[in-house]
Amino acid sequence: MIPLSWYILVSAALFSIGIYGALARRNALAILMAIELMLNAVNLNLVAFWRYLTPNVVAGKVFVLVVFAVAASEVAVGLALIISIYRRRHTIAVEEIDMMKW
Amino acid sequence: MSLALLIEWSLKSVVIILVILGGFAYLTLFERRVLARMQTRIGPNRAGPWGLLQPVADGVKLIFNEELIPAQADKVLFLLAPVITVVPALILLAVIPFGPEVTLFGRSYYLGLASNVNVGVLYILAVSSIAVYGIVIAGWASGNKYALLGGVRSTAQMVSYELALALAFVGPIMLAGSMSVDAIIEGQRHLWYVILQPLGFLIFLIAAVAEINRAPFDMPEAEQELVAGYHAEYSGMKFALFFMAEYGKMIAVSFIAATMFLGGYLGPFIDRWPLLGPIYLFIKVVALLFFIVWLRATFPRFRYDQLMAFGWKILLPLGLLNVVVTGVIIVLVGG
Amino acid sequence: MTIDLVLFFGLALIAVVAAIAMIASRNAVYSALFLVFNFLTVATLYLLLNAAFIAVVQVTVYAGAIMVLFLFVIMLLGTERESIGGRIRWQMPLSIVLGLALAGELAYVLLRNDIVQGPLADLTVEFGSPASIGRVLFNEYLVPFEVTSILLLVAMIGAIVITRKQREEGK
Repeated sequence: MIPLSWYILVSAALFSIGIYGALARRNALAILMAIELMLNAVNLNLVAFWRYLTPNVVAGKVFVLVVFAVAASEVAVGLALIISIYRRRHTIAVEEIDMMKW
Repeated sequence: MSLALLIEWSLKSVVIILVILGGFAYLTLFERRVLARMQTRIGPNRAGPWGLLQPVADGVKLIFNEELIPAQADKVLFLLAPVITVVPALILLAVIPFGPEVTLFGRSYYLGLASNVNVGVLYILAVSSIAVYGIVIAGWASGNKYALLGGVRSTAQMVSYELALALAFVGPIMLAGSMSVDAIIEGQRHLWYVILQPLGFLIFLIAAVAEINRAPFDMPEAEQELVAGYHAEYSGMKFALFFMAEYGKMIAVSFIAATMFLGGYLGPFIDRWPLLGPIYLFIKVVALLFFIVWLRATFPRFRYDQLMAFGWKILLPLGLLNVVVTGVIIVLVGG
Repeated sequence: MTIDLVLFFGLALIAVVAAIAMIASRNAVYSALFLVFNFLTVATLYLLLNAAFIAVVQVTVYAGAIMVLFLFVIMLLGTERESIGGRIRWQMPLSIVLGLALAGELAYVLLRNDIVQGPLADLTVEFGSPASIGRVLFNEYLVPFEVTSILLLVAMIGAIVITRKQREEGK
């Protein structure tokens, strides 16, 4: 019997690692990947809560599906932005992309 | 889980893997013989009677080939790529039932590994979507621009045709009202889905042939343009693994097509003699394999832009149309 | 020690290690592959939670589509290597502090009040099947579902427009 809090601990660990990655990496692709990791951690949370607290309501799974869709669209737009920035600046290191900064 | 059940499952897994491996070995011979006949040649007939030992000879030759790792290659991924390519081909058959329940020695056996799971069809899609990694990694890790180009090409191709493949599955799913492979076979007891879903079957065949990179969609291996595509740098057993994956996927795709559209193990007198099931399935699979080889002998290779345009502008809309029409008909008839 | 427990610890350990390896590796291709590995492990955790449908969709969408896109872009741009030492000196230490702070807070909150320990409700075979999810999705959550589809459409159009405009300007 695995307590619910263990699942949430794993999810929290993944989320924290994702936060660290999003803050520390300088490659825009890596930052996007770290954000995916965070979304994934949230999904693990949702599924665990569904299974332990409300197994008779499918809502938890529906939320996960919505998160999948959000993650997919985020990646599509994010990668398109990265490609477009790379074409213009020939770099995807985030501190080099400072066109909006004076 | 009791010990007997564990042994039964392990045995089934071993049998499935043996089917793929043995099938791979003799499919190469089958393809060469059939192709040769179609091109009015004879084909390999020296090793053993009718060339039956040819696969063994090929295997021995590949084992003794020199294993080469290019200096530019990323060693770990270069070695890992063939393995990643083979695994999906081997596990794809886990949800395909080989026959109805049979009784042997006073125990009833279920001829399949996990065909009753309610996400069976999705499992097939998931595994086939994983299959692309081996090719991508092989292309990148070789450190060779032709290999990289081959890898990038086949990634784009496989991702594009995966959509059409998924849409082709929707027809049988809707008709059976379930994603379980068993339910889909049960739904074909009276009429095969190929008759109800001719367009779906066609889309499935085209998309599947593209998904496993067979002619006329063998872009990643177009010798004239890309040397040999993503496996240009591979030799010996590592090359043999890629080869095995390609043929293993061919077999798996034939099994899936036979199950989803051609009634799987169903056939006349199946209720009287359940052991006929695997034989029916085998006949259907061989027919489909012959068809795939026939395609290779018949069609010239697509040009790459034509291939992408065909996938996105013709196959995908047709797949959507098929889903809509099927849905409307099911509602009207009151399925 | 049941088999569930062993599986859980093994999977959790692999997931966390893969996540750390993903953040730590300097090569974007390795990062992406470690992330795929992490996704597959989490999918297995979903199986442990009796959510087979979610697990399979996770593999198809994340591992099969999203990460392939990532690898595709990495290879297309050829920017897998990341130079060491950025312009912003305090970025790395600050990230470590912030990440650890968040992890500590979450662990503190979780370990202080235990939420659910009791036995799990038994699930029927039909439960959590694609059919039941579909029924809920298309009845109770129809509006969110449609909004999601519009979101996907917008993302698709957005991605096409963003990458296309650049090419025309370049001409």
